[in-house]
Formats: sequence, C-alpha cells, structure tokens
Amino acid sequence: MKMKQFFLGVVALSVLPVVAVRAEAAQPPLKEVKAAKGHVSSANTFNRLLKKPKAKNLPPAEDGIHDPDNDNTHVLQPPKIAYDGLPTTPFGNYVDWVKALDDNLLQPRYDRFDPTIEPLVMDLDIVREVKSTVPDVVFPHKPHTQWLHCSNCHPKIFIPQRKANVMNMSGILLGQQCGVCHGKVAFPVTTQSCTKCHSKPKPADWKPPKSETSLKNPWN
Amino acid sequence: MYKSALIGLLSMLAAMVLPQAAHAEYGDVVMNNYSDAAGMRPVVFPHWYHRIRFRCKVCHADLGFKFKAGGNKITMAKIIDGQFCGACHNGEISWSVENCGMCHSGISGTPTHIDGSTVQRLVAPTYKKLGN
Repeated sequence: MKMKQFFLGVVALSVLPVVAVRAEAAQPPLKEVKAAKGHVSSANTFNRLLKKPKAKNLPPAEDGIHDPDNDNTHVLQPPKIAYDGLPTTPFGNYVDWVKALDDNLLQPRYDRFDPTIEPLVMDLDIVREVKSTVPDVVFPHKPHTQWLHCSNCHPKIFIPQRKANVMNMSGILLGQQCGVCHGKVAFPVTTQSCTKCHSKPKPADWKPPKSETSLKNPWN
Repeated sequence: MYKSALIGLLSMLAAMVLPQAAHAEYGDVVMNNYSDAAGMRPVVFPHWYHRIRFRCKVCHADLGFKFKAGGNKITMAKIIDGQFCGACHNGEISWSVENCGMCHSGISGTPTHIDGSTVQRLVAPTYKKLGN
C-alpha cells in the first residue's frame, strides 16, 4: 500500500509541471483518477474525445511557432499585454475587435502616415436568404468598411450586384468569399460564431422547402 | 501498483515527446517561401499586433498585400526597396530591417501557413514541429 502511494506521488509530481505549462485551467489528469480508483474505465469519462482546452494568448516564446532560441523572440510583445482592457469573445484572438473600435478603445490608422484620416464608412446591411433552416444572413457593411476599403472585396471577391454571388458554407470553410478573411484573421467560422452572421430569424410563416425525394415519396 | 506508475510515466513521456500542436495567436502568419533555403528562420507576422495600429485597408489596399499567406513573394530586396513590409519598416514609421530576428523568429522548417486557420484545421495535414 505504501509502495502504491509512493508511486502515485511520483506520478503526480512528474505530470503536474507539464500540465501546468500546457493548460491554464489545471484539472487533475484523467489518468490519475483512473489509476487511483483502479477499477473505473476511462471510457465513461465526460468529453473523452474533445480537445483539451487551448491555452489562450501565449507569449511568443511558448506559442509553438516562434523559436525560443532566437533572442529577439523574447523581445516581442506578448498578446496578453496588448489585449488588457479590450472586450472579449470566445473565439479567435478572444478579442472583440469590432467592439473595441466602436468603443474607441483602439485607434488604428486608416492611412499609413496621417492619423487624422477617417475611414469611408458605409452603413448598409445586405440580407441573404438561406435555403436551410438556419437564420438568414445579415451582412453589415459598417464594421467591414471601418476596417477595409471597398476595393478589398469588390469586385474580385464579391460582385457588387444582387443575386450575383453564389456561396455556401463549404466554400467559406475552404477559404472562399467570406472565408478569405473569416477563419484566418477576422473572427473564425466555428459553431460558436454561426449566429454572428446567421442573425435574422426566418419569417413566422416560413417552412423548410421539401426535397424532391420527399415530394416524390408516394407514402408521404 | 507498478501498473499505475507505468501509466503515469508513459503519459508524462508522451506529453513531452509527442509533437504538440502549435497554439499561436489567431491570425499569425508564418512565411517560409525563401527563408529556410537562405538559412534564416521563417518570418512570423502577427496580424493582431498590426491591426491594433493599422486598419486592414492600409496593407491590403494601399500596399497591395494579397489575402494569401505566402502569395506576395516578399523578398528582402523588395523590402529594402520600400515595398511590402518596407513601406513602414524603414526606420520612419517603424523600426528598420536590420533587426533581422524580430521578423525571422519562427521555428526553422515551419511551412508557410496561417496559424489556427479554419482551412488548416479542416484540410491541411498537421505538420510536426521541428527542433526541440
């Protein structure tokens, strides 16, 4: 029995530092619980196949793409310092960039040299009806024109004409249309962010269109 | 009891040895078109740092940066000539290019990609981190 406790202690001590570095929310490692109880199968644990919570906004030297052996890596600003006081989101940089701009917490330049030049903001919402049951898409020009110039999207990515742009989520996830920025730098396409675009509920009398197979079904 | 110790030791070993996914800042771009071949570390471009200071329009409309990681074929010759990064990193708007390691700070062998991008998560093969 003493031997077992000793081993468990050794195991706990050896795993703890690794866990502390890798995950901010230090949870007891699953293996530990399993070993302590002996007879409980780890197949019954919650969120068995979910990814471990990601450590947020790590400093460059610990982020996995900067080389810690490079002296200058340690001179670079850690994102957490810059994000202090900015509104948060549950995805991307975990910063709500658009709100930060609206609240005047950030003053990024619209011109390389002149900090007084104001962006050419256009406040026009485009509603795109969605075939599926998910809410319709409202595209707000306002936050986009606060950051970008018309020529960034028109006419190469989006033809500025009604019904001229055919798009779907598969293309967007693969980096086309909205996916040119969303999913790379602008807020990512995740299940947590669907409603940021799909924000207009369907009309009360809306019914999902039936598929051809369903219409042809003689037993229907 | 030896079993429990073995499991613990193995999990510890796995945590240290197995390649860990990079968890860099969302939007960080690694550019390695020419760096590795030239014996330099790849460039890491932090979008977050730059968007605090400039709107997307400045680089992507005024300076002509394409919306494509590695698609701009940036070289040091172009930068010294005042194109791309060199439009600001010239000692006037921002620090000049003699600070090699400030940009060339990536882990050697990291391919050109946008870290944490949806495309990368969905279709791109996961690359193994090289070095340490």
